[in-house]
Amino acid sequence: MNITLNHFLIVSSLLFSFGLYGIVTRKNAVMVLMGIELILNAANINFLAFSRYSNSIDFGQVAALFVIILAAAESAIALAIVLNIYKTFVNINVDEIDKLRE
Amino acid sequence: MNDISFIQAALAVLFLPLFGFTVTLFFGKRFSKMYLFEVAIISIALAISIYLLFMKLVYFTDAKFVAQIPWINMGDMPGFGKMVIDLGIMIDNVTVIMLFVVCLISALVHYFSIAYMKGDKRYNRYFAYLGIFTFSMLGIVFAHNMLMIYIFWELVGLSSYLLIGFWYEKKSASDASKKAFLVNRVGDIGMLAGILLLFTTYHTFTFDVIFEQIKAGQLPFNSGFWMTVTGILLFCGAIGKSAQFPLHVWLPDAMEGPTPVSALIHAATMVAAGVYLTLRIFPLLTGDALLFIAIIGALSAFIPATIALTQNDIKKVLAYSTISQLGYMTMAIGVGAYSYAFFHLVTHAFFKAGLFLGSGSVIHAMHHEQDIQQMGGLKNKLPITYYTILMYSLAISGIPLTSGFLSKDGILASAYAFGGLTGHQIFAYTGFLVALMTAFYMFRLVFLTFHGEPRNQHKYDHAHESPALMTAPLITLAILSVFAFYTANPFDAGKGWVMSSWIKTPGSVVPEVLRYPFMVEKKTESAENAHEAAIPEQQVNIVHSEEYTEAMHHAHLPAMLLSLLVALAGIGTAYLFYMKKVVDVDKLTSKIKPLYLFSLNKWYFDELYAATFVAFTMGVSKVLAWFDSYIVDGIVNGSASITKYLSNASNLFDKYVVDGLVNFMAIFSGFLGIFVRKFQTGKVQTYIVMVAFSLIVLLFIFI
Amino acid sequence: MTYYTFAFYAFAAIILLSAYAVVTSKNVIYSAFSLMLTFFGVAGFYALLGADFIAIVQLIVYVGGILTLMLFGVMLTNKITETEIKTGVFQVLPASIIIGMFSGVLIASISNNRWTVAEKLNNPQNSLVGIGSILMNEYILIFELLGVLLLIALIGAASIARK
Repeated sequence: MNITLNHFLIVSSLLFSFGLYGIVTRKNAVMVLMGIELILNAANINFLAFSRYSNSIDFGQVAALFVIILAAAESAIALAIVLNIYKTFVNINVDEIDKLRE
Repeated sequence: MNDISFIQAALAVLFLPLFGFTVTLFFGKRFSKMYLFEVAIISIALAISIYLLFMKLVYFTDAKFVAQIPWINMGDMPGFGKMVIDLGIMIDNVTVIMLFVVCLISALVHYFSIAYMKGDKRYNRYFAYLGIFTFSMLGIVFAHNMLMIYIFWELVGLSSYLLIGFWYEKKSASDASKKAFLVNRVGDIGMLAGILLLFTTYHTFTFDVIFEQIKAGQLPFNSGFWMTVTGILLFCGAIGKSAQFPLHVWLPDAMEGPTPVSALIHAATMVAAGVYLTLRIFPLLTGDALLFIAIIGALSAFIPATIALTQNDIKKVLAYSTISQLGYMTMAIGVGAYSYAFFHLVTHAFFKAGLFLGSGSVIHAMHHEQDIQQMGGLKNKLPITYYTILMYSLAISGIPLTSGFLSKDGILASAYAFGGLTGHQIFAYTGFLVALMTAFYMFRLVFLTFHGEPRNQHKYDHAHESPALMTAPLITLAILSVFAFYTANPFDAGKGWVMSSWIKTPGSVVPEVLRYPFMVEKKTESAENAHEAAIPEQQVNIVHSEEYTEAMHHAHLPAMLLSLLVALAGIGTAYLFYMKKVVDVDKLTSKIKPLYLFSLNKWYFDELYAATFVAFTMGVSKVLAWFDSYIVDGIVNGSASITKYLSNASNLFDKYVVDGLVNFMAIFSGFLGIFVRKFQTGKVQTYIVMVAFSLIVLLFIFI
Repeated sequence: MTYYTFAFYAFAAIILLSAYAVVTSKNVIYSAFSLMLTFFGVAGFYALLGADFIAIVQLIVYVGGILTLMLFGVMLTNKITETEIKTGVFQVLPASIIIGMFSGVLIASISNNRWTVAEKLNNPQNSLVGIGSILMNEYILIFELLGVLLLIALIGAASIARK
């Protein structure tokens, strides 16, 4: 049984669904960020899988690289915000934080 | 110097005063010295006008410069034909002489006013008004078509209104300005009707084109009668503006304005505009129209002269004398003496402006006392003013060696010759009678003001000679009243350069049957045979027949002697009455009291007009007011109540039907909102779930 | 069953199980460590797909950088003295149903689709040279912009967290 494109895509779509589930159900803001990271990884798998199976491996890798860079920037900023929110509200539960100021 | 530079210089002169007006008016409040700008502007305009005068008269004596641009082009109008309205300027000898007169007097009045108006709170505005007046007057002078003349005609009316009412805090001044404006309007309506008659007939406003078409035989409604009517209607404008009988009543009242304004507008230039207009339309005037003009002129010369005999206000005397002199000019046009009319316009402008400025100087010296009964003996206090006024009085009375003698003598001679040729002797008699009265009242004024004992010692003691800024214009104008500027021979103007080469009478263009008999050239046998093609042109160039020239020649000497005689008689009478006191004036007046009162009260013209026209207008207004308040207002109120009932009905409809619908919609959406609110949790996660759900739905739909 | 196939299933199992642990674990610390495991699995997938460089970057950046950041975030935002750092969940049922449907539809559409695939796959080469030349040629502007973006993110994160 050969591994085809579909195998990778199915695994990535499941990973995506887990990420989405995490984002939707968890109250903790850090957990929401983790869900986002899962989704980004799923997307990266898709990039690489498509580029591998169309014999243009380099371009997909560059795209994946950009995604990783953006993810790093995003998580840095997001965690800084989370820290700030915690300082302000002593709480990082997204369902309770519904004000833009104290 | 060619055509183009001529036109450019003329345009510069025309628009400089407008520029001065605009700048002075807008910056006058900020800079108290702004009037100097206006004075400088008018001085430049004067310099250019002198240059133009010189160039035109010396190098281009017979040329005529015309420049025009199409202003409104309506194209081919159905039922009317081609319609193009041009704006343009025309420069001939009459134009440049008039230009010089206007610029000179305007500039002198500016200089005079600097001293005379000192301390007035609207000092700068006064000068701005002088600027707009000069602009408008120059517009009339340059205009080459009726429409432009009409536009600037109204503009001078406006500036005259502004200047008469300059001291509008005084009730009499604001009333006088309104009176002047309204009375002028009466004449202008006639003028507008005349212009429209010309326009419907010839489809243009331009003088030259109209004249050509008349020469080609086209008349309004194809009748000579309508030609006459057109001429008389156009002359109506002149009646108003030149204060001719019966619209002369505004001019004496206009003396409420500042005295330099009276000199500029109500003596020398604006009132002369009427005469100028009549001169411009001279070629299209028929014999009947000319006769009408002559009658109006004679009446305007005679009536105010009789009034001036008894007036005591120094400016009123001069105002009536102005009307009288303008009547002379009009009469001169009426009897066909085109060139003498214009000549008298020029000379009169100089000495009458001088008289007014001189009276301004006297009034200034006497601290705004205008009653000559309060003066007397001022000769020693105001020597310059006295000698210049004496010079002007000699000129207006027609004493030899003055300019006034030349022009007045010419007019009298023309009237005399006219009488001989047509049998209308009345004009000559009127002329001589008026000359007698003119000499009398002018010297009455001089004797009462400057000679004898001071009748008001207090004011006399405080009198002082005016500053140089005021006396210099007086001296300038006095010099210009000497014969030498106009002719070398002090007894015959006809031989001088002004009459023989500068002012050319334009030929009449109306059909020969409509002209005076003496204005038709008698065709000789040989001319008819030999130069058949050349005849029409010859007819135009020669205005008066040989008969007329001969009559003028014969009339000249007796007219001159007679006018000299009546002038001396008038002066002598005044001398006997007021210097020697041979006749007790008071006793004389009480003896002929009705006549005296009749004259003193200005023939009761104001009362007559108040009783007739004003009362009639008031009555009509009352009827109209009644109509307005009961019928028009009734209709309005009726429609108002109908509207009210309608709105009540629609109010009910609104309240129950429209509002009901709206309220139902509101309640419905309220319920909908309560239902939908459940989905709006404000949490991002919930929304993501919904997005995922929607995505599923979309996937099901599209895949 | 080749090694390749075996490796695929092994990594897929690691990814899915650890991802499940990430989203369901009550303890945030457990979630974070499970996430590390997921990143490992994904890195293995990258290697299977011939992207050796990206796999290494994944390990360095995600495991070494982002995950550490997450742990710091967890520890700084919870009271360390508490024995268990727990986190609540909500709307589990609707989310489970809809996301289950969603993934079902997604997998169904992936399976039903006929992807255009290359006839014969090239053997994967060392991709570092290719990536480098692409970054320095086609994507040079984006590359520079990303550098600037990272700088901005660095400064921004520092300034936000300092407040």
